[in-house]
Amino acid sequence: MKLNDPLTRYVVRLGDDALIMGHRLSEWMSRAPFLEEDIALSNVALDFVGRARLFYQYAAELMGGEVTEDTFAYQRDVRDFTNLLLCELPRGDFAFTLCRQFLYDAFSLPFTQALCHSTDPQLAAIAAKAEKESRYHLRRSSDWMLRLGDGTQESHERCQNALEQLWIYTDEMFECDDLVNDLVVAGVAVNTSSLRSTWLETVTETLRTATLAVPESQGGVTGGRVGIHTDDLGFILAEMQFMQRAYPGLQW
Amino acid sequence: MSDQLQLYEVFIRSSRGLDHKHVGSLHADDPHQALEYARDVYTRRGEGISIWVVASRDITASQESDCESFYDPLDDKPYRHAAMYELPEGVDSL
Repeated sequence: MKLNDPLTRYVVRLGDDALIMGHRLSEWMSRAPFLEEDIALSNVALDFVGRARLFYQYAAELMGGEVTEDTFAYQRDVRDFTNLLLCELPRGDFAFTLCRQFLYDAFSLPFTQALCHSTDPQLAAIAAKAEKESRYHLRRSSDWMLRLGDGTQESHERCQNALEQLWIYTDEMFECDDLVNDLVVAGVAVNTSSLRSTWLETVTETLRTATLAVPESQGGVTGGRVGIHTDDLGFILAEMQFMQRAYPGLQW
Repeated sequence: MSDQLQLYEVFIRSSRGLDHKHVGSLHADDPHQALEYARDVYTRRGEGISIWVVASRDITASQESDCESFYDPLDDKPYRHAAMYELPEGVDSL
């Protein structure tokens, strides 16, 4: 599936981030440490899948023709997905999932807040809804940072390990390519490079309180925005797209 | 985080002017977390505008075995009941 229109490509990126993050979170259903957390994690997963639908529906509207939200989710291959690598990493242990969530939520909140001011009314409307969710997500994941970081020795170590592994994938959130830069000039997209200091401040402050160290590793891994992914994305798509691949157009 | 989660009772007020009603219970590490989980577990479909959580261990409850001494003596004091009043028109319950 070839996307040319810059706005459509941008909207699909945001949809991809949300879908893949939502799918990773949904993998915890019935596997979370206890019932209440299972329901809470599933709620967050649903927020992200819901967000993906809004972006994909808008992208489908921009494309016109036969394209629907499902086309984006089920009929594209790995190289067509343009989500952040951070979102697709396997869920790991509970600490890894929550650390990923925290690093992403700390970005997602200022991002959705900025996107509320987009000159594109549809993007601004989606952002207004997402911003409220992100506020709650960040509160939840920050809370878990404190509980795990300042918890037992094991939870602290698992958290610190997860942060070290995740850190190199955080650069990509602030990367602005030509597509984004042009849309920023038009007032449509968010200049994510300008969000880095806010993000780092939130992360540093929370990790400090949680007795965790901010990782020092430099140099980020990127590629998700141009369709260069880790092996793991292929496995997600294989599972997520199986039914539509085996029985195209299936409905139930 | 402590090893043992505590049990909390959840009360939700569905709209202004109504009482908080007991809706169930849940496990959490502390009251703050209990409130967050109450939101996720009990208010997903817009059931409430206000939530209370109370540690179950802080509730002192009457016991089944107390029934006799607690309630039976009330049965032979009908003058305490409001059942004898004729309700004014327009008042459905008292």
